[in-house]
Amino acid sequence: MEPPHGDPRGALVRPYAVTRGRTEPSRHIALEAVLTASERAVAEARFAGHDKYRIAQICQSAPQSLAEIAAYTRLPLGVARVIVADMVGEGLLTLHSAAPAQRYEERMELLERVLSGLRRL
Amino acid sequence: MDYAGYDRERGIVSAKIVIAGGFGVGKTTLVGAVSEITPLTTEALLTTAGAGIDDRSKVPGKETTTVAMDFGRITMAEDLILYLFGTPGQTRFWFMWDELVRGAVGAVVLVDTRRITDAFAPLDYFERQNLPYLVALNCFEGARTYEVDEVREALAIPPDVPLLMTDARRRDAVKETLIEVVEHAMRALREEYGRGSPTPVA
Repeated sequence: MEPPHGDPRGALVRPYAVTRGRTEPSRHIALEAVLTASERAVAEARFAGHDKYRIAQICQSAPQSLAEIAAYTRLPLGVARVIVADMVGEGLLTLHSAAPAQRYEERMELLERVLSGLRRL
Repeated sequence: MDYAGYDRERGIVSAKIVIAGGFGVGKTTLVGAVSEITPLTTEALLTTAGAGIDDRSKVPGKETTTVAMDFGRITMAEDLILYLFGTPGQTRFWFMWDELVRGAVGAVVLVDTRRITDAFAPLDYFERQNLPYLVALNCFEGARTYEVDEVREALAIPPDVPLLMTDARRRDAVKETLIEVVEHAMRALREEYGRGSPTPVA
């Protein structure tokens, strides 16, 4: 099945059918949380269904956030979140931390890195 | 610690800055000015009971609405990505904002000086959040130039919230705005942890 084209809202008939009706992900994944897929995981995902295979492919070439996965697949965010959480559980995707730093030093280090990244723009 | 490539244990870290403001104020333009990708749209489906709108009682199931959020990306290093998320234009979807601001570095409230009242709702929202934010006046052509102090007074922006001029179309102006957000966040963090002197209560 090709991804829907034109107005994506046209594809929102029973959007949670692809998750078999589940609307709660097996783990919380932040919008900006980054995911990657190894070459082996992509090969495995080939037999995991269209959506999972597509998502694994998207995350193989470069790390992608949940928001990007939802945008590229044109899946509603909640649907993408359920599928991605499942894929993390199945070992098809690696979930990287989304800035959960709590300690002062860690938070300051992140801000400093973001700052120098912006200055290099 | 092994510094070859990215640290496997820490993985790839992402950070986000939220761009808020009224409908049509230039949020997506601002994101596009610095993003390495053409701004993308992610859509969230909202299921509402249809309260307040028409008579949905005869319709089986619930009403579904779509909320769109535009965002961009700046890959800063092999292990660091910054995302810029624009808030949904419709202010009735406040609860989506909660997800957007959770864990964010900080926020920009973009203001169009021709429609200054559009900024009231976003400003109210951020005053109640524990998130560093600043106010940026988007300088549209043909817009009357306001004195910054004039705008601060009109919008009742607290003195500790930075207020600056920007141009959402220009990369260098947006870059400066984002730098200011991060510097403001660093000051806020230092204050939060610098508990040497008693914090004055407003």
